Amino acid sequence: MSILEVRDLTVTFPGGIEAVRGVSYEVERGEVLGIVGESGSGKSVTSLAVMGLLPTNAVVSGSVKLHGQELLGMKEDEQIKVRGKTISMIFQDPLSAFTPVYTIGDQIAEAVRVHQNVGKDKAAKRAVELLDLVGIPNPGLRAKAFPHEFSGGMRQRAMIAMAIANDPDLLICDEPTTALDVTIQAQVLEVLKTAQQETGAGIVMITHDLGVIAGMADRVVVMYAGRPVEQGPVDDIYYRPRMPYTMGLLASIPRIDGEEGPLVPIDGNPPSPASLPPGCPFAPRCPMKVDMCDDEEPPLTPFGSGRHVACIRSHEIEHKGLTGADVFPVPVIPPNEVVRVPRAERPTVLELDDMIKHYPLLKGAIVKRRVGTVYAVDGISFDIAQGETLALVGESGCGKTTTLQQIMQLQPPEGGRVVVLGKDSAKLDKAGRKSLRGDLQIVFQDPMAALDPRMPVGDIIAEPLRAHGEKDVRPKVEELLELVGLAAEHAERYPQQFSGGQRQRIGIARALALEPKLLVLDEPVSALDVSIQAGVINLLDELKSRLGLSYLFVAHDLAVVRHLADRVAVMYLGRIAEIGTVEDVYDRPAHPYTQALLSAIPLPDPELERTRKRILLEGDLPSPADPPSGCRFRTRCPKFAVLSEAERRRCVDEEPSVARLANAVDHGAACHYAEEVEVITASDNQEEE
Amino acid sequence: MRSKVVLRRLFRNKQARYGTIALVVLVALAYLGPFVGPYDWTDKDFLAFLSPPGGDHWWGTTTIGQDMYAVTLRGMQKSIIIGFLVAIISTGLAAIVGAFAGYFGGWVDKVLMWGVDLLLVLPSFLIIAIISPRLREGASWLWFVVLLAAFSWMITSRVVRSMTLSLREREYVLAAVYMGIPRWKIIFRHIVPNLSSLLIIDATLNVSGAVIGEAALSFFGFGIQPPDVSLGTLIAEGSRNATGYPWLFAFPAGLLVLLVLSVNLIGDGLRDALDPGSNS
Amino acid sequence: MGRYLLRRLAINVILVAIAASLAYMLAATTMNPRGAYEGRQPPVAEAVIDATLDEYNLNDKTPVLVRYGTWAKGVITGDFGRTWNGGSVNNEMGRRIMVSLRLLLIGTLVGFAVGVALGAISAVKQYKLTDRFIGVSSFVIMAVPVFVLATLLAIATYNLNRGLGFSLIEYTGEYNPRLSGFDQFLNRLNHLILPTISLSLGLIAFYSRIQRNMMLDVLNQDFVRTAMAKGLRRRTALTKHALRTALIPAATYFAFAFGTMFTGATFTEKIFAWHGMGAWLVDSINQNDVNSVAAVTFFTAVCVLFAAFLSDLLVAALDPRVRVS
Repeated sequence: MSILEVRDLTVTFPGGIEAVRGVSYEVERGEVLGIVGESGSGKSVTSLAVMGLLPTNAVVSGSVKLHGQELLGMKEDEQIKVRGKTISMIFQDPLSAFTPVYTIGDQIAEAVRVHQNVGKDKAAKRAVELLDLVGIPNPGLRAKAFPHEFSGGMRQRAMIAMAIANDPDLLICDEPTTALDVTIQAQVLEVLKTAQQETGAGIVMITHDLGVIAGMADRVVVMYAGRPVEQGPVDDIYYRPRMPYTMGLLASIPRIDGEEGPLVPIDGNPPSPASLPPGCPFAPRCPMKVDMCDDEEPPLTPFGSGRHVACIRSHEIEHKGLTGADVFPVPVIPPNEVVRVPRAERPTVLELDDMIKHYPLLKGAIVKRRVGTVYAVDGISFDIAQGETLALVGESGCGKTTTLQQIMQLQPPEGGRVVVLGKDSAKLDKAGRKSLRGDLQIVFQDPMAALDPRMPVGDIIAEPLRAHGEKDVRPKVEELLELVGLAAEHAERYPQQFSGGQRQRIGIARALALEPKLLVLDEPVSALDVSIQAGVINLLDELKSRLGLSYLFVAHDLAVVRHLADRVAVMYLGRIAEIGTVEDVYDRPAHPYTQALLSAIPLPDPELERTRKRILLEGDLPSPADPPSGCRFRTRCPKFAVLSEAERRRCVDEEPSVARLANAVDHGAACHYAEEVEVITASDNQEEE
Repeated sequence: MRSKVVLRRLFRNKQARYGTIALVVLVALAYLGPFVGPYDWTDKDFLAFLSPPGGDHWWGTTTIGQDMYAVTLRGMQKSIIIGFLVAIISTGLAAIVGAFAGYFGGWVDKVLMWGVDLLLVLPSFLIIAIISPRLREGASWLWFVVLLAAFSWMITSRVVRSMTLSLREREYVLAAVYMGIPRWKIIFRHIVPNLSSLLIIDATLNVSGAVIGEAALSFFGFGIQPPDVSLGTLIAEGSRNATGYPWLFAFPAGLLVLLVLSVNLIGDGLRDALDPGSNS
Repeated sequence: MGRYLLRRLAINVILVAIAASLAYMLAATTMNPRGAYEGRQPPVAEAVIDATLDEYNLNDKTPVLVRYGTWAKGVITGDFGRTWNGGSVNNEMGRRIMVSLRLLLIGTLVGFAVGVALGAISAVKQYKLTDRFIGVSSFVIMAVPVFVLATLLAIATYNLNRGLGFSLIEYTGEYNPRLSGFDQFLNRLNHLILPTISLSLGLIAFYSRIQRNMMLDVLNQDFVRTAMAKGLRRRTALTKHALRTALIPAATYFAFAFGTMFTGATFTEKIFAWHGMGAWLVDSINQNDVNSVAAVTFFTAVCVLFAAFLSDLLVAALDPRVRVS
């Protein structure tokens, strides 16, 4: 019998906003059910409704049965016996999910004591055991720490410990790894798997990341506009999607094992729950739409064994064996003229030579004094040739943002040189700096924060033009809007009236206004939903070809990088660990950190995920204020762990710098014992062979 | 476009609606009321000292035979004018000091915030009271406005500063920096407009603060000086005889409370309408 | 942490010094103690006035910086100088300080405790009748200035006492000197009732609104949801997790509220005829009593900074995030 049975669940918020419109699923013991969907698809609201944690003004109907017992409409006295005992929940942001004023140990012990009749000491001891179980070092000591003293990954582990404190039968995980870096995500997912083995619980895994689901789930529910549009076994969904939305979604995600070239974009935006289109909610974006689609919303109907699809043309898709790439039109991006010239003969647009940026570590509330130094960027060198995209990748705290700011400021760096278009930033005067700014522009990460909400879009785009003394800006603004795929009349509107993807396009238009030669892209798509991402990536790709731009692309998502970049530099703790062409670095990474990073990224491919071998890193990133001696990565390096004592000496004493690998033209790694290994598709089986 | 949305939200808000109606009525009463009344505020009726409300003197008369109705409205005019002037000046000051301190940081910030801290240590009431003897010698009441404004901007400027600190890191501000736009221009183009909801709310609440402040100082004779009157001076006089001649106290005190209440209602309604994060 | 507090203390001492000096300079340059002697009948000789004023360090013919030097020297040794008519400021302050502190402390504590409690109740019962009642009352009370409120209370008590035929609640003075022992203690308490109410009512209204907003902010936060997901009752999650966290910002307002309290106390003392520091301020300004004004300012600055210091301690005690750094 299933643990949880959800039938026709609907959630309506005041104002008639139907966030969830009829969700049904069940979860068996030991099974992982994945719920995927973009923001606003109703996936999180569904789980909160199951837990009975929605605000009181939400109207919930349908049925939620736990072990056959109806949860909806239950009295609080009964509810509290179930919550945290039979069902537990793991929330997305572990910082705000812990009460800041109590210790982690106390909060876990509290969960124990609510449901078990044990004394304070025993509960505290149990809390320490649980922390140990989820892999927190020194659990006895760490239990006395407050939430803000934990790193993000540690907090999420503690959250898992709290969730499994009472041996629940069902764990609901709401985007449990979204806030984490990939290597930490891999650790936490591993802990989750351990926790499941430990408790034998069923898991409902809610996420927007199709890679995570592929590796974890047995069955998948795909949600769109508050309703499931397709559900079934994970392999069916991934390899044989029968609903155009699922097909498009799977085709639109960039993959680290993918090829270059344009991505499959899904046009338009998800509908707002306040104003749903008539008929199928996906119809306005669907390339397979026929007139009948607008007549009524297709119900979720059984389709083959164990799966359901909500599309009137699903049988046709099945019959013709269509895939996302067949159905969704792929834009043709003109070939890049500049790239025909060999790299060495092209001019260099940006050169960093041993650049250093240190921050003082300050203490004290009123009179600040320096107690140390944060080695944010500690000597990095790279160059970008005209028409080229260099991606700077790394996890949070690696110094990529500092590098970017240092370049954008056009001020003399603390050490080393920054040369933009042949001009050394240390030798610029005020006028020179201002005119150079026209050639160097930036696109920001958060399309919400990057545009002044009090200015109409036309003024936003015109601002750089006016700042550089241009008077007649109107035709130029219209031209720019059309260039990025918007209409000229959009100039009158305010940023709030646009969707995330459109706002990002406005940001790009502004950056292009002064016809720059080098564009710095700061995580330009990481805040966007998957289906929107592809369109923006394609636009950037196209603009590069058409306008002969060069990009410095800063990102943490290695899959996006693979699609957009020609070369890639991997940063770790303020240094470059590995640099080279995308093909070399992705297919034959030589630095143990790059290898771990690439192997940690989940692939939207269930079969591959099941057999893939992961290189898991130990612990967290060391503080950049106190980096390890010698090689900065050695404290977490899987290779270091297997080296002999004599070999290790070198890692401890001598800091490696980037050295070109013997058999490559453009590929270097900062490792004393660099060795090219294939990791993306490496599996256990392969090793045995 | 945005202001229209705000206005619509404002009038959907019950508090703000009542507040606005009340304020309009009070202002109309203060400025149009005197034309209706039979007496001028300077008239003295030697036949009626301390007569209770009724008859010719709608709100009664004072100890020296002034018509309470005329005098109270005259006092209210002064209170309203002082309230609005002080609010505008002090909010403007707060916005400029706070935005500059927050945006420039460094020593500008340190000096300005030390000044703010110092002014916060001394209750403004105290300082104005100490300076006030100078005002007794025939100085214009506008000096009093300046004084009140000069000592009521500190808290707002702290809020402005802390909000500027977060706005400074916003990407659209960085974008402007990277375009090569001068810093003072960025403050006026990107920072202050994005603080406007805070400033509007604060300016509104500062009106009621100033009205109370004026009345409080005048209550002790540190504010508006005779022969001029304000609600504060009237309340001070009235409270001395409040048990025997309640109308002397009730009318100015009641109008003061209504005035403050209506302004606060508008301020609170504005907060709901302008601040998308608030519940409503 | 200890060092941090020590440094805070040092900075506060400097701030008090600057504040008191500023007030002295302001008072010494704007006030005219000479006036009290000049207008006398029969007229006093100018030399005599000068001598008297010199003795009290109040002579405007002495450069203000020299007067300030004398005053500052005295203050450092604990002598606040003479009043306008030659009395000792120290003695006067000794008589008055406890009167004010009693009022201020009790008023602040009552205001804080009741206000926070009402605000929390209001937030938990959001949009219910209780919430609306508390909200409307505090809104109205905040629109009533202390001097109006105190006068209203006095009138009401006067009428109540007259109606009853005996004094149920006292409304003037601090105590009845004719009583002694336990009776006097009770009498003092009785005299405290009205001033405390008039002083703390505004504070209660202020805190209840602040605390309600803070609680509502916290109520929507993830950790309250987590607490409920653990299996805690809503009520437990609210009191143990939400209220506890929402107390932190309330504690930071503690410092800010004290300055307003002093202003409020001035009115309360004047209206209920208490001879405290606030009443003294008003009197001494009217009497051009420079040294007394400076002394009161000094007292206020110490009180405000002590409240700020206390609120820092309170925040540190409540918030582990502050404690560590």
